[in-house]
Amino acid sequence: MPRAGGVERPSRPATQAMVSLATDIVRTADGVPLKVTLRRVDRARKLKAVALVVPLFLFILLSFAIPIGVMLFRAVDNPEIAGALPNTVAELARWNGDELPDEATYAALAGELQAAHKSKTLGLIGKRLNYELPGVRSKIMAIGRAVTKIEAGPYKDAVIGIDPMLGERRLWTVIKSAGEPYTIFYLLSALDFERTQDGDIVNVSADRAIFRDVFLRTMGISMTVTLATLVLGFPVAYLLASLPARTSNLLMILVLLPFWTSLLVRTTAWVVLLQTEGVVNDALMLLGFVDERLQLIFSRFGTIVAMTHIQLPFTLLPIYSVMKTISPTHVRAARSLGAGPFVAFWRIYFPQTVPGIAAGCLLTFILSLGYYITPALVGGPTDQMVSSFVAIYTNMELNWGMASALGAILLAATLVLYLLYNRLIGIDKLKLG
Amino acid sequence: MAVAPYASPVERAWYYVFRAICALVLLFLIAPILVIMPLSFNAEPWFTYPMPGWSWRWYEDFFSSDRWQIALQNSIVIAVSTTILASFLGVLAALGLSRSHFPWRALVMGLLISPMIVPVVITAVGMYFFYATIGLTGSYLGLILAHTALATPFVVITVTATLTGFDYNLARAGAGLGAAPARVFFRVILPLILPGVISGALFAFATSWDDVVTVLFIGSAEQRTLPRQMFSGIREQISPTITAAATLLILFAVFLLATVELLRRRSERLRGVRV
Repeated sequence: MPRAGGVERPSRPATQAMVSLATDIVRTADGVPLKVTLRRVDRARKLKAVALVVPLFLFILLSFAIPIGVMLFRAVDNPEIAGALPNTVAELARWNGDELPDEATYAALAGELQAAHKSKTLGLIGKRLNYELPGVRSKIMAIGRAVTKIEAGPYKDAVIGIDPMLGERRLWTVIKSAGEPYTIFYLLSALDFERTQDGDIVNVSADRAIFRDVFLRTMGISMTVTLATLVLGFPVAYLLASLPARTSNLLMILVLLPFWTSLLVRTTAWVVLLQTEGVVNDALMLLGFVDERLQLIFSRFGTIVAMTHIQLPFTLLPIYSVMKTISPTHVRAARSLGAGPFVAFWRIYFPQTVPGIAAGCLLTFILSLGYYITPALVGGPTDQMVSSFVAIYTNMELNWGMASALGAILLAATLVLYLLYNRLIGIDKLKLG
Repeated sequence: MAVAPYASPVERAWYYVFRAICALVLLFLIAPILVIMPLSFNAEPWFTYPMPGWSWRWYEDFFSSDRWQIALQNSIVIAVSTTILASFLGVLAALGLSRSHFPWRALVMGLLISPMIVPVVITAVGMYFFYATIGLTGSYLGLILAHTALATPFVVITVTATLTGFDYNLARAGAGLGAAPARVFFRVILPLILPGVISGALFAFATSWDDVVTVLFIGSAEQRTLPRQMFSGIREQISPTITAAATLLILFAVFLLATVELLRRRSERLRGVRV
């Protein structure tokens, strides 16, 4: 059937053209096929682009990613006992755990404790075992001193004679598991789990459980702060987006100035304001809202207020930039079609702001999870978040396995949310200022 | 935004209530900054109003005390070095990342931005362990490297954003007229993206200038910076000199904000976007 226009395509010349295309490849001036040249140019460009990124990529890898990787490794690394008691650990590999270890194992332990006492490394052994058996540290020190008096075997009864604990399976189980090259002990402890003598994973007793509470508290504070910034930020973002440019630019300064002011300065300001003899309490007394001064500093309330203040611009700005793109004609159309002001807002305007709300809230939630300085200065002991415990275990307790395990869990949570943010919003859409 | 002529009385009422709510939130944002500034001129070491008198004594203390002056110098040295290093690395990377068809762009970008997202304590502890093994803890170099890692994401983000509106035909025209790639960069590309580069550099400066966590972990007493000095001041015995330091930092933030805003408006004008 002839096509529109009635011209039937002549078949022979077309075939000829195809043949000639196949033989006469388009070439550049130097005789190389154009396709190859183009591919080469493309590859060269790509290489150049990659070469520009390589310095920063390597820098971030070396100064940031690898240090964090090494830290994560510390969460499972277990070098102390394997290093200090290598022979005992080797002997224990044969031990089935049902009864007490044999004479050779006791002899190895006695020999190595004597050596540790001489080289003054008993403290390290005691400290490591103390993580799993609280209170064992001082006993190990005493055993180490006493064991030097044993001059010849048989060792088993002599060693048990020093401390009956050495005649119990519990200590040996702990030495065996602490002697393995890798351990999940720290990660389990960071979630308030422990292993029993038989290797079952159970909850730690209620009086020793702290970390689940800390993680829940961190989530709770972050969620409260996120919600507070949304409730406070949304109306202001709407106002700024709907005012004429001159006024909104002026008001924007009020949002951006805190954003540019150092976090520590803003935290200091809150520390000063929230003092029991401070400005906020004075104002409350003056206005007659309270009869006696409130404990605002070192409290959960103070922490949340200060964090909300610091995070507010992070939630507000993404919402504002989305609102800027919403055409006011939509709401006007809805109104002219008979929608009331609330319905027009809720059904027409609000759904369009959701991407901004998601971006702002997710960013604030992610950043809130890692807060350290503000709770440390404004909060009380029960308002400290995960980061504080990472810092305490690093600087004060010097239990780096525990610090790393807590850090690993916090990092995992942050990275999952970061991936979600990247998927939903795209990190390159992040706007600053 | 004004009340529409057809608005009902409830709408009119809501209009004023809404504005009052917004005014309260804006007051909440700015009040702490406004309250702390006058307190730094208090004649007595109290943190409340009414103030018995005005004096410059806390500023005199700030400028005459060795501890604060060394902290100020350390902050400047570390922040300036960080800014230079972070801007150099960040601008190069942004130029590469904004070329079309960059391989694994999302993944690479995700890694390069991650220092901004990872909790600072985790970064600081990781660096503390790692830098200790290579002898970088307690050194200026260690702190500058740490701050550079934290600051480059800001440079990458700002410069990449500026480059998305960049017309590469201009660079091609330069090359077509015989300029070598370096000359094209310095004479064509850089002047056009300069506002973004400066904004990024200021963000990098502010990141280093504000940081206290990495200084706590990998700095020694010798590298005490201004925020570090303030931090220990608040922890131990809060002295009004801290409010003087805070006020100076706020004035500096005003300067940073004004510069960035001017640059943003200038670049919007250049690109023909209505301010």
